[in-house]
Amino acid sequence: MVTSVLRVDDLTVSYNGERVLDGVNLELDEGTWTTIVGPNGAGKTSLLRAVVGGVDYEGAVEFKGSHEHSARDRALNVALVPQIPVIPPGMGVVDYVMLGRTPHRSVFASESRRDRAVVGDVMDRLDLTTFATRDVNSLSGGERQRVVLARSLAQEASLLLLDEPTSALDLGHQQEVLDLVDELRTETGMTILATQHDLTMAGRYGDDLLILNEGTVVARGNAREVLTEANISEHFGAKVMVIDDDAGPIIVPVVPTSAA
Amino acid sequence: MDTLRESADAERFVVEATRFPFGWFAAAIGAVVVAVVAGVTVGPASIGWSDSLREVVGLLPGIDGSSDLSPAQSAIITKIRLPRVVLGLMVGSLLSLTGAAYQGAFRNPLADPYLLGIAAGAGLGATIAIVSGVGNGIGIVAPVPLAAFIGAFVAVAISYVAGNIGGRSTVSLILAGVAVASFLTALQTYVLQRHSDVIREVYSWILGRLGTSGWGEVTLLAPYFVITCLVILRYGRALDVLSVGDEEAATLGLDPGRIRAIVVITASLGAAAAVSVTGLIGFVGIIVPHAVRLMVGVGHRALLPMTILVGGAFMVLADLLARTMVSPAELPIGVVTAFVGAPFFVLVLRTSSRQTW
Repeated sequence: MVTSVLRVDDLTVSYNGERVLDGVNLELDEGTWTTIVGPNGAGKTSLLRAVVGGVDYEGAVEFKGSHEHSARDRALNVALVPQIPVIPPGMGVVDYVMLGRTPHRSVFASESRRDRAVVGDVMDRLDLTTFATRDVNSLSGGERQRVVLARSLAQEASLLLLDEPTSALDLGHQQEVLDLVDELRTETGMTILATQHDLTMAGRYGDDLLILNEGTVVARGNAREVLTEANISEHFGAKVMVIDDDAGPIIVPVVPTSAA
Repeated sequence: MDTLRESADAERFVVEATRFPFGWFAAAIGAVVVAVVAGVTVGPASIGWSDSLREVVGLLPGIDGSSDLSPAQSAIITKIRLPRVVLGLMVGSLLSLTGAAYQGAFRNPLADPYLLGIAAGAGLGATIAIVSGVGNGIGIVAPVPLAAFIGAFVAVAISYVAGNIGGRSTVSLILAGVAVASFLTALQTYVLQRHSDVIREVYSWILGRLGTSGWGEVTLLAPYFVITCLVILRYGRALDVLSVGDEEAATLGLDPGRIRAIVVITASLGAAAAVSVTGLIGFVGIIVPHAVRLMVGVGHRALLPMTILVGGAFMVLADLLARTMVSPAELPIGVVTAFVGAPFFVLVLRTSSRQTW
């Protein structure tokens, strides 16, 4: 039986009276990967922030069928890799990854054997053991992204939210991070909800795609159904050509002939 | 994450990276012992150091404290030097610990315990008490410290209320503190300008001093010292989580606003108590935490207890210099903390390879 990990009902978020998210419904089954695309300001980040409880919202957010959750319960159910994570100055990699264990103990308690074991395993899995005592700020962009990913994995939540996890990375490191997430999903059965700017990349990873525009879901389905020339033109205001490759749609920008 | 490999080897580097820095702790405790011994044995009255120490040890319960000192010499040790050393330990610890707590809670390396107007509030309170001539005391409570304490706490309260009106950002709180401090300083300047005869007295209070007469100040400060240390030490790990910013801390299951309120209010209470007893001793609250970070790193689990030890030792040694360098006169302690502390900090900064702020 497929279980629902997250169910979002009529989710609305407003900043200073302005609606940035307007009645979004979403249901994620265990072990799936859903990617949200949409133009700047469409409400992608707001949707993720509402799910992790980072902003006030109207509507319902349910984890595994349960409405009631304290901030700590929520943190046990869902972890977020922010688009621009705050890296504390001077903090070592192990200490940073250990922050992910926060919801698993009282804020006054010291770390347990299990906390250390989980941090060790996650860092081992992400090839971070050689960086154990390094300052997170001294790492390269790709290494740092793996450290942030390690922190959210140490949270051991069944739902992982990734807010444009690859926007600061070169193509090789983008693939590295997304392949890693996909491997972890297969291994552990966790559920992924990611936002993505690169439409071709968005079509390559995951099962479901949805386009968010002006706070509402305007298209959803698999990559071929969603990433059409008509949809991209309408919602992104972009002139593109979609090439249907075996692995998924390739989105190529069209340059007006007069410029060429 | 149950499919991830369980390996004993993976845990070893975690244990090593999170090991408590016992070596630094031993060194800090050593520094406290050296400072206390020096503080008790050195002074203008020539009393042998072994007699001085025997006198102090004799105060401990269960130890026969017969020393060869005359009653007057004995009184110099137990009623003048020892309470002054203990007061120095407590004030140095409080200012350093509350400085570290403020820096962590506000995620700001330049935060010090006086950030939310404590100095200005205490200064105004003390000035009003001195000007109104109640200087010699009503009952058991000395009015100048009491007025300074009230002034400091009112200042923090106004800053907190004003700073939270425009949302809950730490920057708005800091800005409110700046505004409140400027306003209260202006009031103090106005009051002083109208009563220029007390300028000297107020100025000497502002410079800070650890001069005591017996154990009065120590017993007055002790409960605040204990409460502040216990509460802030307990919130060390919460401050570590706050270092990733409020939004991410919230996704880790904490309520950052609540934690900041508890830490800042407790730290303000401790700092206000210290300031009201000793006047404004600058520099310690900002420099000791940074020096300790360069030694043991930014994690509050080691940082907070270390600042208690290092801050206490530093203050006692600074006071030792303050009362011996131009003996029998005394230098203001605030001058010495900056005069000795600044070169010390530059030395630590130059020799440490750690990156902090």
